[in-house]
Amino acid sequence: MTKKDGPAAWQEITTGCVVLRPGSASEYHTGSWRAQRPVWNNQKCIKCGICYIFCPEGCVSQTEDGYFKANMDYCKGCGICAHECWPRAIAMVEEG
Amino acid sequence: MAKRVGMEVALAVAEAVGQCNIDMAAVYPITPQSHIGEHLSDLVADGKIDAEFVTVESEHSAISAIIGASGTGARVYTATSSQGLMLMHEILPIASAMRLPLVMGIANRAVSGPLNILNDHSDIMPQRDCGWISLFVENGQEAIDLSIQAFKIAEHKDVNLPVCVNIDGFQLTHMVEPLEFPDQELVDKFLPPRASFATLHPSKPVTMGAFAMSDYFTEIMKAKDEALKNSKKTILAVWEEWSRMFGRSYKPVETYKADGAEILLLTMGSMGETAEIAIDELRAQGVAAGLVKLRLWRPFPFAEIREVLNKANKVLVTDRALSFGGPGGPVCSEIKAALYHEPVKPAIYNYIIGLGGRDVTVTDFMNMVKKAAQEDVHKIVDTYEFWGVRE
Repeated sequence: MTKKDGPAAWQEITTGCVVLRPGSASEYHTGSWRAQRPVWNNQKCIKCGICYIFCPEGCVSQTEDGYFKANMDYCKGCGICAHECWPRAIAMVEEG
Repeated sequence: MAKRVGMEVALAVAEAVGQCNIDMAAVYPITPQSHIGEHLSDLVADGKIDAEFVTVESEHSAISAIIGASGTGARVYTATSSQGLMLMHEILPIASAMRLPLVMGIANRAVSGPLNILNDHSDIMPQRDCGWISLFVENGQEAIDLSIQAFKIAEHKDVNLPVCVNIDGFQLTHMVEPLEFPDQELVDKFLPPRASFATLHPSKPVTMGAFAMSDYFTEIMKAKDEALKNSKKTILAVWEEWSRMFGRSYKPVETYKADGAEILLLTMGSMGETAEIAIDELRAQGVAAGLVKLRLWRPFPFAEIREVLNKANKVLVTDRALSFGGPGGPVCSEIKAALYHEPVKPAIYNYIIGLGGRDVTVTDFMNMVKKAAQEDVHKIVDTYEFWGVRE
Protein backbone atom coordinates (compact mmCIF):
# COMPACT_ATOMS: atom_id res chain seq x y z
CA MET A 1 0.00 0.00 0.00
CA THR A 2 1.07 3.54 -0.65
CA LYS A 3 1.96 5.33 2.54
CA LYS A 4 -0.56 8.06 3.36
CA ASP A 5 -0.89 10.68 6.04
CA GLY A 6 -4.18 10.45 7.85
CA PRO A 7 -5.90 10.16 11.18
CA ALA A 8 -4.13 7.74 13.50
CA ALA A 9 -7.08 7.33 15.87
CA TRP A 10 -10.87 7.38 15.52
CA GLN A 11 -11.03 10.66 17.47
CA GLU A 12 -9.17 12.33 14.62
CA ILE A 13 -11.73 11.38 11.94
CA THR A 14 -13.32 14.60 10.65
CA THR A 15 -17.06 14.92 11.20
CA GLY A 16 -18.77 12.97 8.43
CA CYS A 17 -15.32 12.05 7.02
CA VAL A 18 -15.41 15.34 5.16
CA VAL A 19 -12.21 15.92 3.23
CA LEU A 20 -11.36 19.57 3.74
CA ARG A 21 -8.39 19.77 1.35
CA PRO A 22 -9.38 19.64 -2.35
CA GLY A 23 -7.38 17.41 -4.68
CA SER A 24 -5.98 15.21 -1.95
CA ALA A 25 -7.28 12.06 -3.68
CA SER A 26 -4.32 12.39 -6.09
CA GLU A 27 -2.04 11.51 -3.19
CA TYR A 28 -3.55 8.04 -3.11
CA HIS A 29 -1.45 6.10 -5.62
CA THR A 30 -3.92 3.51 -6.83
CA GLY A 31 -1.24 2.11 -9.16
CA SER A 32 -0.30 -0.14 -6.23
CA TRP A 33 -3.36 -2.27 -7.02
CA ARG A 34 -1.94 -3.23 -10.44
CA ALA A 35 -1.28 -6.87 -11.41
CA GLN A 36 -0.52 -6.19 -15.08
CA ARG A 37 0.94 -3.14 -16.82
CA PRO A 38 0.27 -1.83 -20.33
CA VAL A 39 3.35 -1.76 -22.62
CA TRP A 40 3.11 0.26 -25.85
CA ASN A 41 4.77 -0.95 -29.05
CA ASN A 42 5.30 2.31 -30.91
CA GLN A 43 6.12 0.38 -34.13
CA LYS A 44 2.42 -0.49 -34.29
CA CYS A 45 0.97 2.68 -32.70
CA ILE A 46 -0.82 4.99 -35.18
CA LYS A 47 -1.23 7.78 -32.58
CA CYS A 48 -5.03 7.62 -32.80
CA GLY A 49 -5.45 8.33 -29.06
CA ILE A 50 -8.08 5.63 -28.46
CA CYS A 51 -6.13 4.53 -25.34
CA TYR A 52 -6.15 8.11 -24.04
CA ILE A 53 -9.90 8.43 -24.62
CA PHE A 54 -10.89 5.11 -23.04
CA CYS A 55 -8.61 5.07 -19.98
CA PRO A 56 -11.14 5.25 -17.10
CA GLU A 57 -8.44 6.48 -14.73
CA GLY A 58 -7.41 9.37 -17.00
CA CYS A 59 -3.81 8.36 -16.55
CA VAL A 60 -2.84 7.98 -20.24
CA SER A 61 -1.18 11.02 -21.77
CA GLN A 62 0.43 11.94 -25.06
CA THR A 63 4.17 12.47 -25.18
CA GLU A 64 5.98 15.15 -27.20
CA ASP A 65 6.61 12.75 -30.08
CA GLY A 66 2.87 11.98 -30.32
CA TYR A 67 2.91 8.50 -28.77
CA PHE A 68 1.14 7.56 -25.52
CA LYS A 69 2.16 6.45 -22.05
CA ALA A 70 0.43 5.71 -18.75
CA ASN A 71 1.20 7.26 -15.37
CA MET A 72 2.09 4.20 -13.32
CA ASP A 73 1.21 5.98 -10.04
CA TYR A 74 -2.46 5.64 -11.02
CA CYS A 75 -2.69 2.93 -13.74
CA LYS A 76 -4.60 0.03 -12.14
CA GLY A 77 -3.76 -2.33 -15.02
CA CYS A 78 -7.39 -2.77 -16.06
CA GLY A 79 -6.39 -3.45 -19.67
CA ILE A 80 -9.12 -1.36 -21.28
CA CYS A 81 -6.50 0.54 -23.33
CA ALA A 82 -5.11 -2.75 -24.65
CA HIS A 83 -8.60 -4.06 -25.40
CA GLU A 84 -9.62 -0.92 -27.30
CA CYS A 85 -6.33 -0.45 -29.21
CA TRP A 86 -7.32 -1.83 -32.63
CA PRO A 87 -3.80 -1.84 -34.16
CA ARG A 88 -2.89 -4.09 -31.17
CA ALA A 89 -0.05 -1.80 -30.10
CA ILE A 90 -0.58 -2.32 -26.34
CA ALA A 91 0.32 -5.54 -24.52
CA MET A 92 -0.62 -6.29 -20.90
CA VAL A 93 2.48 -7.63 -19.15
CA GLU A 94 2.46 -9.30 -15.72
CA GLU A 95 4.01 -7.21 -12.97
CA GLY A 96 7.17 -8.88 -11.73
CA MET B 1 -50.71 31.77 23.77
CA ALA B 2 -50.66 28.54 21.79
CA LYS B 3 -53.85 27.71 19.90
CA ARG B 4 -55.72 24.46 20.49
CA VAL B 5 -57.18 22.98 17.30
CA GLY B 6 -58.73 19.74 16.10
CA MET B 7 -56.69 18.33 13.24
CA GLU B 8 -55.66 15.07 11.60
CA VAL B 9 -52.26 14.11 12.99
CA ALA B 10 -50.55 13.68 9.59
CA LEU B 11 -51.56 17.23 8.63
CA ALA B 12 -50.41 18.45 12.03
CA VAL B 13 -46.98 16.89 11.44
CA ALA B 14 -46.72 18.80 8.16
CA GLU B 15 -47.82 22.00 9.93
CA ALA B 16 -45.20 21.44 12.64
CA VAL B 17 -42.47 20.85 10.04
CA GLY B 18 -43.72 24.02 8.34
CA GLN B 19 -43.00 25.90 11.58
CA CYS B 20 -39.35 24.79 11.45
CA ASN B 21 -38.13 27.12 8.71
CA ILE B 22 -37.17 24.23 6.43
CA ASP B 23 -35.37 25.02 3.18
CA MET B 24 -36.26 21.91 1.26
CA ALA B 25 -38.39 18.77 1.40
CA ALA B 26 -38.64 15.77 -0.91
CA VAL B 27 -41.45 13.34 -0.18
CA TYR B 28 -42.81 10.48 -2.28
CA PRO B 29 -46.40 9.45 -1.53
CA ILE B 30 -47.13 6.17 0.23
CA THR B 31 -50.00 5.14 2.50
CA PRO B 32 -50.31 6.03 5.38
CA GLN B 33 -47.66 8.73 5.14
CA SER B 34 -49.12 10.54 2.10
CA HIS B 35 -51.08 13.17 4.00
CA ILE B 36 -47.85 14.50 5.50
CA GLY B 37 -46.25 14.99 2.08
CA GLU B 38 -49.45 16.31 0.49
CA HIS B 39 -50.03 18.90 3.17
CA LEU B 40 -46.39 19.97 3.18
CA SER B 41 -46.52 20.49 -0.59
CA ASP B 42 -49.72 22.52 -0.08
CA LEU B 43 -47.96 24.74 2.43
CA VAL B 44 -45.15 25.35 -0.06
CA ALA B 45 -47.45 25.85 -3.06
CA ASP B 46 -49.67 28.26 -1.11
CA GLY B 47 -46.63 30.32 -0.17
CA LYS B 48 -47.15 29.71 3.54
CA ILE B 49 -43.60 28.48 3.95
CA ASP B 50 -40.55 29.55 1.99
CA ALA B 51 -39.12 26.20 0.97
CA GLU B 52 -38.40 24.09 -2.09
CA PHE B 53 -40.61 20.98 -2.44
CA VAL B 54 -38.91 18.54 -4.80
CA THR B 55 -41.22 16.03 -6.44
CA VAL B 56 -39.23 12.86 -6.84
CA GLU B 57 -39.86 9.54 -8.60
CA SER B 58 -39.23 7.28 -5.60
CA GLU B 59 -38.30 7.17 -1.94
CA HIS B 60 -34.75 6.29 -2.93
CA SER B 61 -34.65 9.60 -4.76
CA ALA B 62 -36.37 11.45 -1.91
CA ILE B 63 -33.73 10.48 0.63
CA SER B 64 -30.92 11.03 -1.90
CA ALA B 65 -32.27 14.49 -2.78
CA ILE B 66 -32.45 15.62 0.84
CA ILE B 67 -28.92 14.32 1.45
CA GLY B 68 -27.66 16.48 -1.42
CA ALA B 69 -29.59 19.50 -0.17
CA SER B 70 -28.42 18.92 3.39
CA GLY B 71 -24.85 18.88 2.10
CA THR B 72 -25.31 22.47 0.95
CA GLY B 73 -26.32 23.46 4.48
CA ALA B 74 -30.10 23.37 3.94
CA ARG B 75 -32.60 22.28 6.59
CA VAL B 76 -34.38 19.30 5.02
CA TYR B 77 -37.28 16.94 5.65
CA THR B 78 -38.77 13.78 4.23
CA ALA B 79 -41.41 11.32 5.32
CA THR B 80 -42.26 7.77 4.35
CA SER B 81 -43.71 4.39 5.33
CA SER B 82 -43.12 0.68 4.98
CA GLN B 83 -41.98 -0.21 1.44
CA GLY B 84 -40.84 3.37 0.95
CA LEU B 85 -38.57 3.09 3.96
CA MET B 86 -37.31 -0.27 2.70
CA LEU B 87 -36.43 1.38 -0.62
CA MET B 88 -34.56 4.12 1.27
CA HIS B 89 -32.62 1.56 3.27
CA GLU B 90 -29.51 1.61 1.09
CA ILE B 91 -29.07 5.33 1.66
CA LEU B 92 -29.83 5.52 5.40
CA PRO B 93 -26.39 4.46 6.71
CA ILE B 94 -24.75 6.83 4.24
CA ALA B 95 -26.68 9.77 5.72
CA SER B 96 -25.50 8.94 9.24
CA ALA B 97 -21.90 8.27 8.15
CA MET B 98 -21.89 11.65 6.39
CA ARG B 99 -23.28 13.12 9.62
CA LEU B 100 -26.09 14.97 7.87
CA PRO B 101 -28.91 16.26 10.11
CA LEU B 102 -31.86 14.98 8.09
CA VAL B 103 -35.28 14.72 9.69
CA MET B 104 -37.70 12.01 8.57
CA GLY B 105 -41.22 11.27 9.69
CA ILE B 106 -42.15 7.60 9.47
CA ALA B 107 -45.82 6.61 9.42
CA ASN B 108 -45.08 3.08 10.60
CA ARG B 109 -46.72 0.37 8.53
CA ALA B 110 -46.23 -3.37 8.08
CA VAL B 111 -43.89 -4.39 5.28
CA SER B 112 -45.04 -6.77 2.57
CA GLY B 113 -45.78 -9.56 2.12
CA PRO B 114 -48.50 -10.09 2.04
CA LEU B 115 -49.30 -6.53 1.08
CA ASN B 116 -50.78 -4.80 4.12
CA ILE B 117 -51.12 -1.09 4.65
CA LEU B 118 -51.84 -1.07 8.38
CA ASN B 119 -49.66 -0.37 11.38
CA ASP B 120 -46.84 -2.29 13.00
CA HIS B 121 -43.09 -1.67 13.41
CA SER B 122 -41.73 -4.08 10.81
CA ASP B 123 -40.63 -1.14 8.64
CA ILE B 124 -38.42 0.69 11.16
CA MET B 125 -36.89 -2.41 12.73
CA PRO B 126 -34.84 -3.43 9.68
CA GLN B 127 -33.44 0.16 9.74
CA ARG B 128 -32.33 -0.22 13.36
CA ASP B 129 -28.64 -0.47 12.59
CA CYS B 130 -28.42 2.42 10.15
CA GLY B 131 -26.99 4.87 12.70
CA TRP B 132 -30.02 7.16 12.93
CA ILE B 133 -31.50 8.64 16.08
CA SER B 134 -34.89 6.96 16.36
CA LEU B 135 -37.78 8.35 18.42
CA PHE B 136 -41.30 7.02 19.00
CA VAL B 137 -44.42 9.05 19.70
CA GLU B 138 -47.62 8.02 21.41
CA ASN B 139 -50.13 10.65 20.30
CA GLY B 140 -50.61 13.59 17.98
CA GLN B 141 -49.24 16.19 20.35
CA GLU B 142 -46.04 14.21 20.72
CA ALA B 143 -45.85 13.90 16.92
CA ILE B 144 -45.89 17.72 16.67
CA ASP B 145 -43.44 18.26 19.50
CA LEU B 146 -40.93 15.62 18.45
CA SER B 147 -41.05 16.66 14.78
CA ILE B 148 -39.88 20.12 15.86
CA GLN B 149 -37.40 18.83 18.44
CA ALA B 150 -35.93 16.47 15.82
CA PHE B 151 -34.39 19.38 13.88
CA LYS B 152 -32.82 20.84 17.00
CA ILE B 153 -31.36 17.46 18.01
CA ALA B 154 -30.17 16.56 14.51
CA GLU B 155 -28.48 19.89 13.84
CA HIS B 156 -26.85 20.33 17.25
CA LYS B 157 -23.08 20.76 16.88
CA ASP B 158 -22.44 17.76 19.12
CA VAL B 159 -24.83 15.53 17.14
CA ASN B 160 -25.00 16.10 13.36
CA LEU B 161 -26.97 12.91 12.80
CA PRO B 162 -30.20 12.09 10.99
CA VAL B 163 -33.31 11.68 13.15
CA CYS B 164 -36.45 9.68 12.43
CA VAL B 165 -39.73 10.27 14.25
CA ASN B 166 -41.86 7.12 14.33
CA ILE B 167 -45.58 7.85 14.17
CA ASP B 168 -47.82 4.77 14.06
CA GLY B 169 -49.58 4.69 10.70
CA PHE B 170 -53.39 5.17 10.76
CA GLN B 171 -53.55 4.63 14.55
CA LEU B 172 -51.94 8.06 14.81
CA THR B 173 -51.50 9.58 11.36
CA HIS B 174 -55.20 9.42 10.50
CA MET B 175 -56.65 10.33 13.91
CA VAL B 176 -58.21 13.74 14.46
CA GLU B 177 -57.02 14.92 17.84
CA PRO B 178 -57.12 18.12 19.88
CA LEU B 179 -53.67 19.58 19.30
CA GLU B 180 -51.66 22.56 20.42
CA PHE B 181 -49.23 24.25 18.06
CA PRO B 182 -46.43 26.16 19.72
CA ASP B 183 -46.21 29.88 18.96
CA GLN B 184 -44.08 30.59 15.90
CA GLU B 185 -42.05 33.14 17.84
CA LEU B 186 -41.15 30.53 20.44
CA VAL B 187 -40.32 27.91 17.81
CA ASP B 188 -37.98 30.41 16.14
CA LYS B 189 -36.33 31.01 19.48
CA PHE B 190 -36.07 27.29 20.21
CA LEU B 191 -34.80 26.43 16.73
CA PRO B 192 -32.19 28.86 15.39
CA PRO B 193 -31.02 28.60 11.75
CA ARG B 194 -28.80 25.62 10.98
CA ALA B 195 -25.04 26.12 11.34
CA SER B 196 -23.26 23.41 9.33
CA PHE B 197 -19.84 22.00 10.09
CA ALA B 198 -19.16 21.96 6.34
CA THR B 199 -21.13 22.82 3.24
CA LEU B 200 -20.82 22.21 -0.47
CA HIS B 201 -19.84 25.58 -1.88
CA PRO B 202 -17.63 26.39 -4.89
CA SER B 203 -15.69 29.04 -2.98
CA LYS B 204 -14.54 26.53 -0.39
CA PRO B 205 -14.41 23.05 -1.94
CA VAL B 206 -14.73 19.99 0.30
CA THR B 207 -15.33 16.31 -0.47
CA MET B 208 -18.32 14.61 1.16
CA GLY B 209 -18.89 10.88 0.99
CA ALA B 210 -15.35 9.97 0.01
CA PHE B 211 -14.02 6.44 -0.40
CA ALA B 212 -12.34 4.69 2.53
CA MET B 213 -10.77 1.27 2.67
CA SER B 214 -9.91 -1.11 5.49
CA ASP B 215 -7.14 1.16 6.76
CA TYR B 216 -9.69 3.76 7.96
CA PHE B 217 -13.10 2.03 7.90
CA THR B 218 -12.93 0.69 11.48
CA GLU B 219 -12.05 4.12 12.90
CA ILE B 220 -14.88 5.72 10.92
CA MET B 221 -17.43 3.20 12.24
CA LYS B 222 -16.16 3.75 15.79
CA ALA B 223 -16.56 7.52 15.35
CA LYS B 224 -20.13 7.02 14.11
CA ASP B 225 -21.03 4.77 17.04
CA GLU B 226 -19.60 7.24 19.55
CA ALA B 227 -21.48 10.10 17.89
CA LEU B 228 -24.78 8.25 18.18
CA LYS B 229 -24.19 7.22 21.80
CA ASN B 230 -23.04 10.73 22.65
CA SER B 231 -26.21 12.24 21.14
CA LYS B 232 -28.21 11.17 24.21
CA LYS B 233 -26.76 14.08 26.21
CA THR B 234 -28.07 16.53 23.63
CA ILE B 235 -31.44 14.79 23.38
CA LEU B 236 -31.88 15.11 27.14
CA ALA B 237 -30.82 18.76 27.04
CA VAL B 238 -33.24 19.52 24.19
CA TRP B 239 -36.11 17.86 26.07
CA GLU B 240 -35.20 19.87 29.15
CA GLU B 241 -35.28 23.09 27.14
CA TRP B 242 -38.59 22.08 25.50
CA SER B 243 -40.09 21.43 28.90
CA ARG B 244 -39.03 24.88 30.11
CA MET B 245 -40.33 26.65 27.01
CA PHE B 246 -43.47 24.69 26.20
CA GLY B 247 -44.39 22.92 29.43
CA ARG B 248 -44.44 19.36 28.09
CA SER B 249 -41.65 17.07 29.21
CA TYR B 250 -40.14 14.04 27.50
CA LYS B 251 -37.89 11.25 28.73
CA PRO B 252 -36.08 8.34 27.02
CA VAL B 253 -38.10 5.90 29.14
CA GLU B 254 -41.41 7.04 30.56
CA THR B 255 -43.52 5.31 33.17
CA TYR B 256 -47.16 5.14 34.19
CA LYS B 257 -48.06 3.88 37.67
CA ALA B 258 -44.78 2.00 37.75
CA ASP B 259 -44.04 2.82 41.38
CA GLY B 260 -44.47 -0.29 43.48
CA ALA B 261 -45.44 -2.38 40.46
CA GLU B 262 -44.53 -6.07 40.58
CA ILE B 263 -45.36 -6.54 36.92
CA LEU B 264 -44.31 -4.01 34.31
CA LEU B 265 -45.76 -3.91 30.82
CA LEU B 266 -43.56 -2.28 28.18
CA THR B 267 -44.84 -0.65 24.99
CA MET B 268 -43.36 1.56 22.29
CA GLY B 269 -45.51 3.90 20.20
CA SER B 270 -49.24 4.57 20.11
CA MET B 271 -50.28 1.47 22.10
CA GLY B 272 -49.04 3.10 25.29
CA GLU B 273 -52.34 4.93 25.72
CA THR B 274 -54.44 1.77 25.43
CA ALA B 275 -52.06 0.05 27.84
CA GLU B 276 -52.50 2.91 30.33
CA ILE B 277 -56.22 2.18 30.50
CA ALA B 278 -55.44 -1.51 31.07
CA ILE B 279 -53.11 -0.56 33.93
CA ASP B 280 -55.84 1.61 35.48
CA GLU B 281 -58.25 -1.34 35.33
CA LEU B 282 -55.68 -3.78 36.73
CA ARG B 283 -54.80 -1.45 39.57
CA ALA B 284 -58.52 -1.13 40.36
CA GLN B 285 -58.65 -4.93 40.54
CA GLY B 286 -55.71 -4.94 42.96
CA VAL B 287 -53.04 -6.14 40.51
CA ALA B 288 -49.73 -4.33 41.14
CA ALA B 289 -49.07 -3.59 37.47
CA GLY B 290 -47.38 -0.60 35.85
CA LEU B 291 -46.43 0.60 32.40
CA VAL B 292 -43.08 1.48 30.84
CA LYS B 293 -43.03 3.37 27.57
CA LEU B 294 -39.92 3.41 25.45
CA ARG B 295 -39.56 6.69 23.57
CA LEU B 296 -35.89 6.63 22.59
CA TRP B 297 -35.13 3.59 20.46
CA ARG B 298 -31.68 4.72 19.28
CA PRO B 299 -29.44 5.54 21.01
CA PHE B 300 -30.87 2.84 23.29
CA PRO B 301 -31.32 4.13 26.86
CA PHE B 302 -29.64 1.24 28.72
CA ALA B 303 -29.19 3.01 32.07
CA GLU B 304 -32.77 4.32 32.20
CA ILE B 305 -34.21 0.92 31.26
CA ARG B 306 -32.19 -0.83 33.98
CA GLU B 307 -33.27 1.67 36.58
CA VAL B 308 -36.97 1.26 35.79
CA LEU B 309 -37.23 -2.47 35.07
CA ASN B 310 -35.05 -3.82 37.85
CA LYS B 311 -37.61 -2.92 40.48
CA ALA B 312 -40.18 -5.39 39.10
CA ASN B 313 -40.42 -9.18 39.42
CA LYS B 314 -41.79 -9.63 35.95
CA VAL B 315 -41.53 -7.60 32.76
CA LEU B 316 -43.78 -8.09 29.75
CA VAL B 317 -42.19 -6.70 26.63
CA THR B 318 -44.51 -6.13 23.69
CA ASP B 319 -43.07 -6.01 20.19
CA ARG B 320 -44.76 -4.84 16.99
CA ALA B 321 -42.27 -6.73 14.82
CA LEU B 322 -40.28 -9.96 14.89
CA SER B 323 -36.80 -11.14 14.06
CA PHE B 324 -37.89 -14.31 12.27
CA GLY B 325 -36.02 -17.37 13.41
CA GLY B 326 -34.26 -15.26 16.03
CA PRO B 327 -34.66 -14.47 19.71
CA GLY B 328 -38.09 -12.79 19.42
CA GLY B 329 -39.06 -9.16 19.07
CA PRO B 330 -36.32 -6.57 18.58
CA VAL B 331 -37.37 -4.51 21.62
CA CYS B 332 -37.23 -7.57 23.86
CA SER B 333 -33.74 -8.46 22.58
CA GLU B 334 -32.53 -5.04 23.68
CA ILE B 335 -34.23 -5.30 27.07
CA LYS B 336 -32.63 -8.69 27.67
CA ALA B 337 -29.22 -7.34 26.65
CA ALA B 338 -29.67 -4.38 28.99
CA LEU B 339 -30.42 -6.63 31.97
CA TYR B 340 -27.96 -9.47 31.29
CA HIS B 341 -25.28 -8.32 33.72
CA GLU B 342 -27.66 -7.42 36.53
CA PRO B 343 -27.23 -9.76 39.51
CA VAL B 344 -30.98 -9.75 40.19
CA LYS B 345 -33.26 -9.30 37.23
CA PRO B 346 -36.95 -9.70 36.46
CA ALA B 347 -38.43 -12.60 34.50
CA ILE B 348 -39.03 -11.38 30.97
CA TYR B 349 -41.99 -12.35 28.74
CA ASN B 350 -42.16 -11.33 25.09
CA TYR B 351 -45.46 -10.87 23.28
CA ILE B 352 -45.57 -10.10 19.57
CA ILE B 353 -48.66 -7.94 19.18
CA GLY B 354 -50.59 -5.83 16.71
CA LEU B 355 -49.02 -7.17 13.51
CA GLY B 356 -50.34 -5.67 10.28
CA GLY B 357 -52.87 -3.54 12.16
CA ARG B 358 -54.34 -6.35 14.34
CA ASP B 359 -56.31 -4.69 17.14
CA VAL B 360 -54.86 -4.88 20.62
CA THR B 361 -57.53 -3.95 23.14
CA VAL B 362 -57.49 -2.95 26.79
CA THR B 363 -58.66 -6.51 27.58
CA ASP B 364 -55.74 -7.95 25.60
CA PHE B 365 -53.24 -5.99 27.68
CA MET B 366 -55.01 -6.98 30.88
CA ASN B 367 -54.95 -10.63 29.86
CA MET B 368 -51.23 -10.45 29.03
CA VAL B 369 -50.51 -9.14 32.50
CA LYS B 370 -52.81 -11.68 34.17
CA LYS B 371 -51.21 -14.53 32.24
CA ALA B 372 -47.71 -13.46 33.25
CA ALA B 373 -48.87 -13.00 36.84
CA GLN B 374 -49.69 -16.71 37.02
CA GLU B 375 -46.30 -17.83 35.73
CA ASP B 376 -43.71 -19.19 38.15
CA VAL B 377 -41.15 -16.38 38.41
CA HIS B 378 -38.29 -18.92 38.57
CA LYS B 379 -39.30 -20.65 35.34
CA ILE B 380 -36.86 -19.69 32.62
CA VAL B 381 -38.70 -18.21 29.68
CA ASP B 382 -36.60 -18.13 26.56
CA THR B 383 -39.25 -17.80 23.91
CA TYR B 384 -41.88 -15.42 22.60
CA GLU B 385 -45.57 -15.65 21.83
CA PHE B 386 -47.70 -14.35 18.96
CA TRP B 387 -50.44 -12.82 21.08
CA GLY B 388 -53.91 -13.78 19.88
CA VAL B 389 -52.74 -16.00 17.02
CA ARG B 390 -55.47 -18.43 15.94
CA GLU B 391 -54.44 -22.04 16.31
